[in-house]
Amino acid sequence: MTDDPRDAAGSPPLPPARSSVEPAGPPTTDGDQRPSGERRQEGRRASERRPTTIRRAIRDELADEPTDEYYSETHPQEHRAVPVIEVDHVYLGFDRPILEDVSLEARKGETICLVGESGTGKSTMLKLILRLLVPDRGNVCIHGEDITDLTFEEALEARQHMGMVFQSAALFDSMSVFENVAYPLREHTTLDDDAIEERVREKLAFVDLDPDQVMSQLPSQLSGGMRKRVGIARGMANNPEIMLYDEPTSGLDPLSTGTITRLIMKLQRELDVTSVVVSHDIRSVFRMATRVAVLNERRIVFFGTPEEMAASDDKYLRDFLGGS
Amino acid sequence: MPALTERLADASKQKLRTVQEYFSLAGKALRFAFVRPFYGQDLVQQMDEIGVKSLGIVLLTGFFTGMVLALQSSVQMAQFGATMYIGRLVTGSMIRELGPVLAGLMVAGRVGSGIAAQLGSMRVTEQIDALNTLGTDPIKKLVTPRVLAALIMLPVLTVINDVVGIIGGNLISTLMVGVPSGYYWRTVWEQIASGGFTLRFIPNDFIQGLVKPFVFGGIISITACYFGLNTTGGTEGVGESTTRTVVLSSILILVVDYFLTQILLSVLTP
Repeated sequence: MTDDPRDAAGSPPLPPARSSVEPAGPPTTDGDQRPSGERRQEGRRASERRPTTIRRAIRDELADEPTDEYYSETHPQEHRAVPVIEVDHVYLGFDRPILEDVSLEARKGETICLVGESGTGKSTMLKLILRLLVPDRGNVCIHGEDITDLTFEEALEARQHMGMVFQSAALFDSMSVFENVAYPLREHTTLDDDAIEERVREKLAFVDLDPDQVMSQLPSQLSGGMRKRVGIARGMANNPEIMLYDEPTSGLDPLSTGTITRLIMKLQRELDVTSVVVSHDIRSVFRMATRVAVLNERRIVFFGTPEEMAASDDKYLRDFLGGS
Repeated sequence: MPALTERLADASKQKLRTVQEYFSLAGKALRFAFVRPFYGQDLVQQMDEIGVKSLGIVLLTGFFTGMVLALQSSVQMAQFGATMYIGRLVTGSMIRELGPVLAGLMVAGRVGSGIAAQLGSMRVTEQIDALNTLGTDPIKKLVTPRVLAALIMLPVLTVINDVVGIIGGNLISTLMVGVPSGYYWRTVWEQIASGGFTLRFIPNDFIQGLVKPFVFGGIISITACYFGLNTTGGTEGVGESTTRTVVLSSILILVVDYFLTQILLSVLTP
């Protein structure tokens, strides 16, 4: 069982803009043999280009990805300006402070990527949005409604409108793929068995899996990439408006990484889902993010578009991108 | 010195918190038995897992315990010429004590460890978090069916344990001691009747023999679920939870058995 062969081309070199913040260091591994000074100059020129040009350059690397024109047609500006997730001046700590004065906003249809070093509170942010954790101070609002004061039962209800994809996929290993994807449907809908099967097939096909082949298999029989895809299918089974991903590409080979990245973009493109993605994979982040939030030492030190991030002169950002 | 007292105070607080969480889990698990949605299929599956699949070890344990009880007591009772009362001794011991305690210990070893390992693995592989994010209360979905199944199945297993134990005793007393089988069964009934009756027709021995496994079922399942759900530290943590479950539930069974016997004897005096 292998992943989608189309993804052989799905791991493009980093966008030109990225190299603008690359410090002088070891040569890149993308086959570019030119002297590093020449590459830096080209990168500098790229960073001086208009952001939309860079954005287009990033997108053009994927033949089947939509252009900015597509986005402007399908996602009118006023539609995209609606905030879906708002994290407002949040403080959280346990034995030690985890997050301090963190604010974040995701608008309808946006893909926000959360990046940062390990242990900076990225996954904690997802848990706050899911209301698995309650902030010590500050608010988390979903569709304008503050979820910090919800009871446990109300929080369970609120989570039904969100889909979560875990780092380890977290499929129920005692259930088949079909039962895993059908789980939220059986729990929270009144769909009959036929409708559930139809929905499961639809979601599995969406994540490029052959339903007839995988439905009866157990998670332990699947490859890592397939497990992640089943995790995405389960997360979107209830047609949630919000999808959260905790390091969806970690531990995957480049082909599977490309497949998962492409799927996240497809969800945004076709279903207008608002997504928050925690990732260490800068290449994927640049491909899928509408905005990037960088967490460092318990705070968000940057929140902007990938183009702005690539063009930033901030030393930490430059080091971060250069080191990744 | 203040550091020592502070540490002791912290440790005591931690223990108290653990006890509080343990009883809170027990309370929630029982309360959710009456709150929709009901996970009937999970309950049946757990009854199979806890009850039917434990049948083998319970049958073996009961049968051999009954036989060895008859064998040992025949040696002692022969000194007083009282071997014809073997049936009474085997029955009293099995129904009141050995049946419930042995079934409890066997199930703690087999099922308690299994539940702790399963829930512990689910915890460390984020499956419990996944349930939460899918809008399901893990206590309702995972703990309640297991607790209910244990509460139902442990008394059933104990009755089976008692019966095969008494049959084992019959076998030894008839074949090796020479007590006629008919006489043996008469003394069995005499023993049951000697404990008195509740509501005129329920033998007190039966009440004692059924209340205990019911309580033990709760102890085993809640202990296993508590340690399973609170597993940390990856696969090593799963192993630790399993060991803790078996040790603590076995100790609790033996300790609670004593106090339960005291209470039941004072309440069910013939």
